[in-house]
Amino acid sequence: MTALFELSQAQREATLLPQLTELTEHHRAHCEPYERILGALGIERGRQFGAIADLPWLPVRMFKNHDLKSVPDDEVFKVLTSSGTTGSGASRIYLDKEAAGAQTRQLGATLQTVLGGKRLPMLMVDTVSIIKNRRSFSARGAGVLGMATFGRNHVYALDENDQPDVEAVKGFLAKHGNEPFLIFGFTFMVWLYLYEVAKEHNLDLSNGILIHSGGWKKLIDRAVDNTEFRRRFAEDTGLTRIHNYYGMIEQIGTVFLEGPSGNSLYCPDFADVVIRNPETWEEQPIGEPGVIEVISTLPRSYPGHVLLTEDLGVLHGIDDGDWPGKRFSVLGRLPRAEARGCSDTFSGGQAA
Amino acid sequence: MSLNDRLRTVFIETMQLDADFDVENLKYRDIEEWDSVGHMALVAAIEDEFDVQFDTDQVIDMSSFKVAADMLNDMGAK
Repeated sequence: MTALFELSQAQREATLLPQLTELTEHHRAHCEPYERILGALGIERGRQFGAIADLPWLPVRMFKNHDLKSVPDDEVFKVLTSSGTTGSGASRIYLDKEAAGAQTRQLGATLQTVLGGKRLPMLMVDTVSIIKNRRSFSARGAGVLGMATFGRNHVYALDENDQPDVEAVKGFLAKHGNEPFLIFGFTFMVWLYLYEVAKEHNLDLSNGILIHSGGWKKLIDRAVDNTEFRRRFAEDTGLTRIHNYYGMIEQIGTVFLEGPSGNSLYCPDFADVVIRNPETWEEQPIGEPGVIEVISTLPRSYPGHVLLTEDLGVLHGIDDGDWPGKRFSVLGRLPRAEARGCSDTFSGGQAA
Repeated sequence: MSLNDRLRTVFIETMQLDADFDVENLKYRDIEEWDSVGHMALVAAIEDEFDVQFDTDQVIDMSSFKVAADMLNDMGAK
């Protein structure tokens, strides 16, 4: 099995700090706006840092207002845009060929920790029309497609009119339900279009492995949080292997994955997280909510290796959970951050 | 038909290319048809034709016609 959740926090510091310091220098040398930002902060070239938490961070918002890239224009292979919904526009993330390959590979390695190396039959809790228009993918479509690599024999749980396709799901389970299979979808869609449907039709999902993401905002009025989500899936459908994940387009390829026992997200070995006090910007102790900073050695074509998100989170512990390193939860968006999220492009809800 | 000829046919049919298209030198994303959607369709079609199953890493690594042909040879596909 791939070993990508192995490093203790001390090993992680020791391994990642030199790489991140090198990355900081690399981006300073190749991304002029980034160099100006760090210069303005009074951080000289060649500065050494005592800890990962001492590295300078960029607010994710910067990728909306600035073209931040560390590769020459003619080497840009792919420009990713986030689903920015209001005024200030979308983030633009520049990948060269190497970075595009690396992000797929690292995402694959991360997910293989819970999926294994074999591609499993895959139930997509989304509409088949999301892949029909190849020229204009939504961010959600891109997410669905990115995940498709990890499965085979893909079946979509919603038809072209965004209606639950119960027969398709039943057919999938009749064919693949007796072996391990993969389920992927955005959290609220999984709840509305898989949980509700499975419960109503007594579907057995006990061999499934669910990977889901997107946040709980749309499920608040149904009083469904992560604990309730896991409990009711287990009780009503037999599905117990559930892994939420947290990630963003500004750090594509890096996902923080929920461990087997639930309710904590873990950092893969090439990543880390810092929870900051929004007033003092100091690190918060365990149990104190703060702003989430995400750290990854993956971004080399743009300066996204240390990012301050617009999300609130809380640290639950260090080296004391399913996997080593820090474990944390996402609590939601910062109050003043504008609404944004991949799954927000789906307005649905009629089937509930 | 040789493995390469059959693989060539799979490429041409899946991506609806002209019969004389230079498939042997084709790389992932060289043409619009071989994007991420096309890739999934292509992988499925190759698996059907040669009765093999690719692992996740192989799907990610299958970056050209030549790589695909090498993989099939390594897997003992006939």
